[in-house]
Amino acid sequence: MNGDHACCEGALAAGCRFFAGYPITPATEIVERMSRRLPEIGGIYIQMEDELASMAAILGASWGGVKAMTGTSGPGFSLMMENIGLGICTETPCVVCNVQRAGPSTGLPTLVGQGDMMQARWGSHGHYEVIALSPSSPQEMFDFTIRAFNLSEKYRIPVIIMADEVVGHITERVVIPPEEKIEIVNRRKPRVSPGEYLPYHPDPDWVAPMANCGDGYKIHITGLTHDERGYPGMDEKTQAQMVNRLIQKIVSNRGDIIRTENTYLEDAEIVVVAYGISARSARQAVRDARAGGIRAGLIKLETVWPFPEELIRDVATRVRALIMPEINAGQMVLELQRCAGGACPVHLVSNFGGSIIHPAVILDAIKSFAKEKKGRIKP
Amino acid sequence: MRYWRKPLDLANMKSSKGSVIIIEDRCKGCGFCIEYCPRDVLAMSSAFNAKGYHTPSIIDESKCVNCHFCEALCPEFAIFSVGSDETT
Amino acid sequence: MMKTKKIKKTLPPHPMEALLRSERLPHMWCPGCGIGTVFSSVIAAVQKSGYDPDRTAVVSGIGCTARMAGYIRLDSFHTTHGRAIPFATGLKLARPDTKVLVISGDGDLLAIGGNHFIHAARRNIDITVICVNNLNYGMTGGQLAPSTPYGAKTTTSVMGCPEDPFNFCFLASACGAVYVARWTALHTRRITNSITEAMQKRGFTFVEILTPCPTSFGRRNKIGTALETLKFYHERSVIRNDIDPKDALVDFGGNIVVGRFVNTERPTFMDNYQSMCKNQIGEWPDFKGADVPEIKTTR
Repeated sequence: MNGDHACCEGALAAGCRFFAGYPITPATEIVERMSRRLPEIGGIYIQMEDELASMAAILGASWGGVKAMTGTSGPGFSLMMENIGLGICTETPCVVCNVQRAGPSTGLPTLVGQGDMMQARWGSHGHYEVIALSPSSPQEMFDFTIRAFNLSEKYRIPVIIMADEVVGHITERVVIPPEEKIEIVNRRKPRVSPGEYLPYHPDPDWVAPMANCGDGYKIHITGLTHDERGYPGMDEKTQAQMVNRLIQKIVSNRGDIIRTENTYLEDAEIVVVAYGISARSARQAVRDARAGGIRAGLIKLETVWPFPEELIRDVATRVRALIMPEINAGQMVLELQRCAGGACPVHLVSNFGGSIIHPAVILDAIKSFAKEKKGRIKP
Repeated sequence: MRYWRKPLDLANMKSSKGSVIIIEDRCKGCGFCIEYCPRDVLAMSSAFNAKGYHTPSIIDESKCVNCHFCEALCPEFAIFSVGSDETT
Repeated sequence: MMKTKKIKKTLPPHPMEALLRSERLPHMWCPGCGIGTVFSSVIAAVQKSGYDPDRTAVVSGIGCTARMAGYIRLDSFHTTHGRAIPFATGLKLARPDTKVLVISGDGDLLAIGGNHFIHAARRNIDITVICVNNLNYGMTGGQLAPSTPYGAKTTTSVMGCPEDPFNFCFLASACGAVYVARWTALHTRRITNSITEAMQKRGFTFVEILTPCPTSFGRRNKIGTALETLKFYHERSVIRNDIDPKDALVDFGGNIVVGRFVNTERPTFMDNYQSMCKNQIGEWPDFKGADVPEIKTTR
């Protein structure tokens, strides 16, 4: 099945029973398949009037106790930003799939791009942390969507799946495991009575148990800066408490959240760091480089946000160069540069959008660094 | 009260009686209750509450018929009436 | 419990105490603001309707009226500007057994939220929308809104508003709302009855309530105090039930037409969704609709 359909099936396998969406190329297939599949299993599909409504509706459904999801692309993602911020601030579990296309603005609706990566991190106003996953194949669309739901429930945060048009539209074999083999995580429920419950009092792992609407807890949820009772607190102290909790919730749990697939890292001299469809090109380039005798390695980012800082910091001290292919003019490479901290050169292989990066181009970059004299290259 | 004609059972008619309770610290002195009490039980007092607003004062509680209109109109939940036999 | 200065003995609590988050009182609305009165009428309606408070939720957007969500002791959601209705749509569809009230202001529901309003009405989502209309954007200091009368002064129309306002009731009715009513803040008991009726109905129900805004709109248009606005409503409002909403005009130079204008029946979104899916699939998982309780005959 194609990537979009695999995403839909992954969501249903994870327990998603509500989808509010709006058609947009190249995510329309998710929306269409959801509209067909959800009634079959007792879920609800509603096509909202725009993406702002879609995002708001999935937040509402999540508070009603149902796992909810929406899917979109660049222009819709921009529209959803305010409500993604609301989801983060109110700590609402849900999943947003952004099947990226070339931008900015209407851009190339039918062609690939990876230009929303920084937007996923910083798109909404204010300072916060996000979780974003980056699948590279229909199989990963299926698996990562399940993981996205689990992470969103575990950490009470909207999780963004940063797919791209190619991953969404290619058709490949997807293995769907039997139901018993799929791990599903549900939100933590309050363990105290309504009289004692504080909606935003975190457990030691920074995540607060979540009472849904109708559970009898008479919760008040607001996008205003709020204290542990959920009531608005218009002062710096409450702001510090709340924002710190939102940040720590992700940062201190990053060991559990961050996942990368590392290949040939033990003895690699030149490491390619890639995500999404570019990781497929990179994998081919690394294989070809190895076949040609170059000690190349690959770090495939499964989680793009939070960024695997510690891993990169460590690898940067041991390699001659880090290469990042991406289909934008350089977004995640900025993170790579920041984390490498000057320990080695960081090289960007990119185009402006519209086509994938050919493995040969990445291979050329690998070769050019391999040609340098042995020893450490000055950055 | 003026009648077109006297009802035959006028002697048996009883109107309800009530008393008014004012939560002074909630009042913001808007004057709705004073204006719209149908029995003119309330008037603006010259005293201030903790926030500096003039609160209503009860001028003749015997006239209160427990209609609850002050309670319905008050934006601050600062005034309500109870039936006479309910006050402690 | 609250104690007055005069009487030292323990007094009974306010009758609405159970539905108030009284630890947050006094609320943030201005002295004389009609929203407080409307809030009181809403709580009375929630009590009267007989719905279980654990099965009643309030969703609001941003603005003065929307702060009501923070003071009512129910599951309440204070969301983003204009997006209360789609949030409520998601909530209602996820919890069909919960009565969802959307309480927000005229700007939030019908300016930025206008698109969501018309579609929710068209779909007949089973929510009750209470629109408190103070003729401007109060929270931000009194800018013009789609409800501002032609020629009125606001901070963004110092020479007089150059736009004609909506007739919200007409708009709601045209979009397919099954219950449409308009009252003023003075009509407390009628508001309560209307909201109770609206809650009892299945489908998209709409109640508009005109209120004084003494600090922003009232001051700039030299209307006087909130009390004077109430007296104005008293003199100028005429009750015309069941007329065509097209004719239910708010004319500050003439009459303010209030009343219950539309009270019809139509299948809700879920009714239609279920019947469509049944055609294709046959077996539909057991779907629980909201049980409509009898109206309690309290005051």
